[in-house]
Amino acid sequence: MNAPLARRSWFEATARARIKGLLDAGSFAEILPPAAAEPSPHLAQLDLPGAFDDGVVIGCGRLAEKAVFVAAQEGQFMGGAVGEIHGAKIVGLLRRAVEEKPAAVLLLIDSGGVRLHEANAGLIAISEIMRAVLDARAAGVPVVALVGGSCGAFGGMGIVAKLCSAILISEEGRLALSGPEVIETVMGVEEFDSKDRALVWRITGGKHRYLMGDCAMLVDDDLAAFRAGAVAYLGEHSEPPPSLAELRASQRRLENRLAAYGQLRDGLEVWAALGVADPQSVPLLERDELVALKEGLPT
Amino acid sequence: MNAPLSRQWDTLRQSRNRRLERAASLGFGREIPVDRTIDLLEAVIQPGDRVCLEGNNQKQADFLAESLADCDPARLHHLSLVQSVLALPSHVDLFERGLANRLDFSFSGPQGARVAKLVQEQRIEIGAIHTYLELFGRYFLDLTPSVALIAAQAADAAGNLYLGPNTEDTPAIVEATAFKGGIVIAQVNERLEKLPRVDVPADWVDFTVLAPKPNYIEPLFTRDPAQITEVQVLMAMMAIKGIYAEYGVKRLNHGIGFDTAAIELLLPTYAADLGLKGKIATHWALNPHPTLIPAIESGFVESVHCFGSEVGMDNYVAARSDVFFIGADGSMRSNRAFSQTAGLYACDMFIGSTLQMDLAGNSSTATLGRITGFGGAPNMGSDPHGRRHASPAWLKAGREAYGPNATRGRKLVVQMVETFREHMAPVFVEELDAWQLQKVMGADLPPIMIYGDDVSHIVTEEGIANLLLCRSPEEREQAIRGVAGFTPVGRARDIRAVENLRDRGVIRRAEDLGIDPRQASRDLLAARSVKDLVRWSGGLYAPPSRFRNW
Amino acid sequence: METLDFRFDSKPAGSAAAPALCGVVGSGNLEILIRTGDDPAACRLSIKTSARGFADTWRAVLGDFAATHAAGGTTIAINDMGATPAVVTLRLAQALAEYRGGQL
Repeated sequence: MNAPLARRSWFEATARARIKGLLDAGSFAEILPPAAAEPSPHLAQLDLPGAFDDGVVIGCGRLAEKAVFVAAQEGQFMGGAVGEIHGAKIVGLLRRAVEEKPAAVLLLIDSGGVRLHEANAGLIAISEIMRAVLDARAAGVPVVALVGGSCGAFGGMGIVAKLCSAILISEEGRLALSGPEVIETVMGVEEFDSKDRALVWRITGGKHRYLMGDCAMLVDDDLAAFRAGAVAYLGEHSEPPPSLAELRASQRRLENRLAAYGQLRDGLEVWAALGVADPQSVPLLERDELVALKEGLPT
Repeated sequence: MNAPLSRQWDTLRQSRNRRLERAASLGFGREIPVDRTIDLLEAVIQPGDRVCLEGNNQKQADFLAESLADCDPARLHHLSLVQSVLALPSHVDLFERGLANRLDFSFSGPQGARVAKLVQEQRIEIGAIHTYLELFGRYFLDLTPSVALIAAQAADAAGNLYLGPNTEDTPAIVEATAFKGGIVIAQVNERLEKLPRVDVPADWVDFTVLAPKPNYIEPLFTRDPAQITEVQVLMAMMAIKGIYAEYGVKRLNHGIGFDTAAIELLLPTYAADLGLKGKIATHWALNPHPTLIPAIESGFVESVHCFGSEVGMDNYVAARSDVFFIGADGSMRSNRAFSQTAGLYACDMFIGSTLQMDLAGNSSTATLGRITGFGGAPNMGSDPHGRRHASPAWLKAGREAYGPNATRGRKLVVQMVETFREHMAPVFVEELDAWQLQKVMGADLPPIMIYGDDVSHIVTEEGIANLLLCRSPEEREQAIRGVAGFTPVGRARDIRAVENLRDRGVIRRAEDLGIDPRQASRDLLAARSVKDLVRWSGGLYAPPSRFRNW
Repeated sequence: METLDFRFDSKPAGSAAAPALCGVVGSGNLEILIRTGDDPAACRLSIKTSARGFADTWRAVLGDFAATHAAGGTTIAINDMGATPAVVTLRLAQALAEYRGGQL
């Protein structure tokens, strides 16, 4: 009788199930499939079992008939963290996009950032991904981040997400630099109580990011909704050439934002400052209601 | 003619009056200023008193417990505590600080390790570990409190109390104390001019104090559907088809684990597809489990009586007054004593989980170094020989147990476990840790949660063992080994004997029930996240922050 | 981590077009990769597991799988993060069905 049964949760799905739900049926061709891939040599040295695909699935497929490249991180394997092979697979895919010019590269981010076990190799991998994202965009290939997994987009992958042409996020998705547990560990529980999950979502969650204008689209936690969102976005978007003027404008927007909201402590205060009449109601609004709310806000 | 015995017949009343006079002489009225709480406790409690500190697995008189622990041990000592659950650090502080030395209780959950240590150091003398019903019973026989420290939602100026949806143990405690010369002190979350309803009349209550913060309530019955595994879905499918449908179980109680949460979430989907709506699981003795919302919304559930409430469920429960027990004021009244009675005598089935089970079917949640006790499970998970009224499920189980001419029925007592817990700890064992625990603690009996002779069925990922159909201890043992999977106990099975039991239907595998294990998918769950539960509830369920991902 | 290798006799699974992957290397879970092997009457398995000291249990679980399923002619690789035997049994059945073309 109720809707929940019909949904196929993106949050809960594996990386492979997300790709299957996102792309045109049967169109996905995996690059370096598990039978051909090598698990991480670093994890083996640390006496930890690896994953055949090192926690990321890459390949080519079609989205509403358009050729796209896809990389999907598996949040259940080591928190989706980026190791050397994992990172090299994403970088390789982005470089191939520069040559083959698909309609877009879709990054299905579900990651806490760098895989600390692999230390420098992981850090270098993240910086290579950042450069590769910018190179792809400079070549006219949009790179779109889809964020809605249990690990969110944190650390280096939070930066990667912000380097993309756009971010599509679900309410369950989270986007930030330092994770809540890291902030609590470093700054104390008074600064940030990472166990207060409602607070965590009010500060890093999809609704907050969408209201702040960090994300182009807010979609339901549903495979079909992410697909529909990506199709709609690519239908309208064409990748602009890189421009210094746009970067300067971005920088000004961020400075203004810091000045306006930098002293506020909670999403509730930020939303009130944005002009939301009843901030308390925001966490319980359905996706369509929130989108309508944002459209009605003063700009 | 014999001279009448000269004895005083109202010493309890006189003692009570002296205590009240001491309080009055210190200037106390019925409403106690919060900063003088300790003074009051020291005035009305006496060394050697039996004190009931209200606290169970949900609601806690936490402020009064902390205040009592802060009293001067030179003034208050040799207290004997009676209480359902030792849940808070302050409960154990009372013994460490020398205020109390004797304890009668049901369950100690999170404080189990500290209690065990104090028992070994002989700083706690345990009277007995009870089930809830036994302890409530003894409040009215030989463990009547001299002083009861309770928690209420609100008080009015006269001292009437409103207990709210978490009514729980309070009526039983107050009735025993107030009518046997005792003193009742309540901490309240608010003072109201007019209460929504009166749960405890003012003349049963001596003092009230407005606590600095609302009494703590543990969200113990919230299970996040996101954590239910495919193996639990498989076991739930087997239980529904092989037990609920087989016996037509309508009146029941569920334990609090993920195994039974999976069953609750399969009722509107898998069970409905089997045509079982209205035929099973209609009447419940159960706390308001959030995972029951989809079954309620689907019309599966006719009635639920609750032991307590559950954090975030109050608005939902209040809006479903056909199902729950709701007062004229619009809020629920729970009652642990009555719901336990329903679980013991009025339910046809109890189904729950455990940590260890031996080859006789005895099960225990006790582990070495912790005294955790029993709570209510042993009452609900036992076949009450005093039952007389019949029901189809009870009669069918009785015939299986005692033959076609049985003169009594049988409660279904089902244990549902995956054969290994996390970290590959086997559930099925040759000997329960409870036996070693008994030795270490010098207890009269090993702390067995459910006795093997009460268990009717065991459900594991390997199948269902129907112990009612076993005709000898050897058969029972092989039936248990036959569903014990790859645990050492399971691998030591007599393969031929187990196959024979399977031929007789004593053991049934998934395929015997027409279930393909590969179909056991989380997609069958009516809700796969806490947010799905909120949606099912139409926004009435407000889950605590720790269960949210939005 | 422990690496375990087993070989069991098993009825031939028949040929499959492509390798099959099932499961994820997450806590209490495992991934199983089934490929075509060289001996049609045997199932070869190689396991990397985070939990040490359970070789006997693995032998029993996998032996039971090979005896009750047609898994001959396959080579199975497993990365395990502490899955219980119930989960291993379920995943093996799912992976084999996928390998044989999704027939249940």
